[in-house]
Amino acid sequence: MSSTIIKPAHERKLRGNSSFRQAVRNSLTMAYRGLLKIKRTPEQLFDVTLQPIIFTLMFTYIFGGAISGNVQNYLPVIIPGILVQTVITTSVVTGVQLREDMDKGVFDRFKSLPIARIAPLAGALLADTIRYTIATTLTFTMGYVMGYRPEGGIGFVILAGLLVIVCSWAISWIFAFLGVISRTASSVQGISMIVLFPLTFLSNAFVPADTMPNILQWFVKVNPISHLVTAVRDLTNNGTMGWDFTISLIGAAVIVAIFAPITVRAYMRRA
Amino acid sequence: MNQIINNKKIIDSSEWAVEARGLVKVFGDNRAVDGVDLNVRAGSIYGVLGPNGAGKTTTIRMLATLLKADAGSARIFGYDIVKEPQLVRQLIGVTGQYASVDESLSATENLIIFSRLLGLGRAEAKRKAMDLLEEFGLIEAAKRPLKNFSGGMRRRLDLAASLIAQPPLIFLDEPTTGLDPRTRNQMWDTIRKLINGGSTVLLTTQYLQEADELADRVAVIDHGKVVAEGTVNDLKESIGTSSLHLSIQNEQYMQDARLIVERMLNVQSAVSAEGGKITAPMADADKVTDLLITLKEAGIPLAELSVQKPTLDEVFLSITGSKENIADTTNKSSKVEELV
Repeated sequence: MSSTIIKPAHERKLRGNSSFRQAVRNSLTMAYRGLLKIKRTPEQLFDVTLQPIIFTLMFTYIFGGAISGNVQNYLPVIIPGILVQTVITTSVVTGVQLREDMDKGVFDRFKSLPIARIAPLAGALLADTIRYTIATTLTFTMGYVMGYRPEGGIGFVILAGLLVIVCSWAISWIFAFLGVISRTASSVQGISMIVLFPLTFLSNAFVPADTMPNILQWFVKVNPISHLVTAVRDLTNNGTMGWDFTISLIGAAVIVAIFAPITVRAYMRRA
Repeated sequence: MNQIINNKKIIDSSEWAVEARGLVKVFGDNRAVDGVDLNVRAGSIYGVLGPNGAGKTTTIRMLATLLKADAGSARIFGYDIVKEPQLVRQLIGVTGQYASVDESLSATENLIIFSRLLGLGRAEAKRKAMDLLEEFGLIEAAKRPLKNFSGGMRRRLDLAASLIAQPPLIFLDEPTTGLDPRTRNQMWDTIRKLINGGSTVLLTTQYLQEADELADRVAVIDHGKVVAEGTVNDLKESIGTSSLHLSIQNEQYMQDARLIVERMLNVQSAVSAEGGKITAPMADADKVTDLLITLKEAGIPLAELSVQKPTLDEVFLSITGSKENIADTTNKSSKVEELV
């Protein structure tokens, strides 16, 4: 160190506001950090690995016979439902981890570095897509093991997987927002679950809506989760893209359009 | 888009690394920082001395753009911390009280990520990380997760992370609190080396001895205000190089004894929290002879008399003249004495 001569401040060339390119580079580095953390603490992945396996097994064998007569007939109904439910639940973690991260000392260092302000947030959202991918792959694999053979073929199954990942990423902005404005990580978890539980269960994910009371049927029909589940079923079982596919993507875009700016603003105020 | 800012004004004030005017930060109804002024000359070590909760950390956090000041302004090498935070951040390194590194990652991974964020290429970042790890004696622990690091190792890694960009100004928030004497001495050596390289260091500490060892100038902060500023020698002279401790046999004469002490030595005195002990700065040892004679004539018998080197207690006592600080700082100063 004694050999290093520090360049005096007035001889330095300083950059003004960070450029878009720098923002992208910083975000990618932060995403890399997220991946490293997953590698270092693989127990973080318990939820995305165990939930698809346990839920798929449980729901299929509990409801299969009652709803569709037998397990084989229920698989095309339940696998898309479980897929959507699992992957969307996974997106809650984005908010929880963001809050935990922001409370740590290392966040102070990020804030004191001349990096794009948005990078820690963008990096976290980016790194979490790996979780959605794991959950998606595992759910389809479980389904396959149990005898699910999607009529749509592998191409449409992959497309369905991508659709779910994109929509979950969009929804993770909502939880990122909660993560930024909440005071503790456990409150993020609590609030998110209260929102998600009715949303995923009051949908057509597990059972047909026909037998529900009218008011519930109405809710199931407008519930965006139902549209996403239907879109996934169309893709995997029939290989078609209908109105539900479009409406899911529109819904995702709307969520991002609303929550990305307010999350970023709330985050910047705190960061 | 990366415009290069060529600013004339910094040349004029290039000799000042930090210029803070009337910084204020209020948390609820607690004025944590209450009008702090600081001037730190480039290339020097500046110590901010004060007890826990005096506002040291809050001041540093404002200067390091981590916290918005409620009032006042500050410039870092001429750049305004509010208007040009992104420029300020290119000139500073911050090492917090708590480790500002990633617990779940290894030392190497931490340094590589910070280097990448600072714009270094992949290979360059790796090399930089290795260099710093070697310099700070962390090579063997490089791959271990930080959970297994000792306090000293964590502190060193933290400092290493602040030095990646070789910033001309480094903030060190209580760099040696909680370290054992050997590690603390290593830390001091490291800080001195930084200055030889041309850096400016602003450090906070609870220990007068640390400021004494390192700092060219010192500001004493208490209750969010700067209560004294100057070189360490100035400070010591202001409180006397040593202090006089008197215990009297008969407590009922306490008040009389105090008055005599104050009159004869021409200073403020204090009664220690344990009671029965008068403490006063001793600027001129010669006057003590007169004091003792006067006490004898007044018929006040002494139980004990001792002379002590100044501790943080006396700094606060003599500067703030308030008694409430005694209990607050007694523990700390005894810790300093242990360390010495």
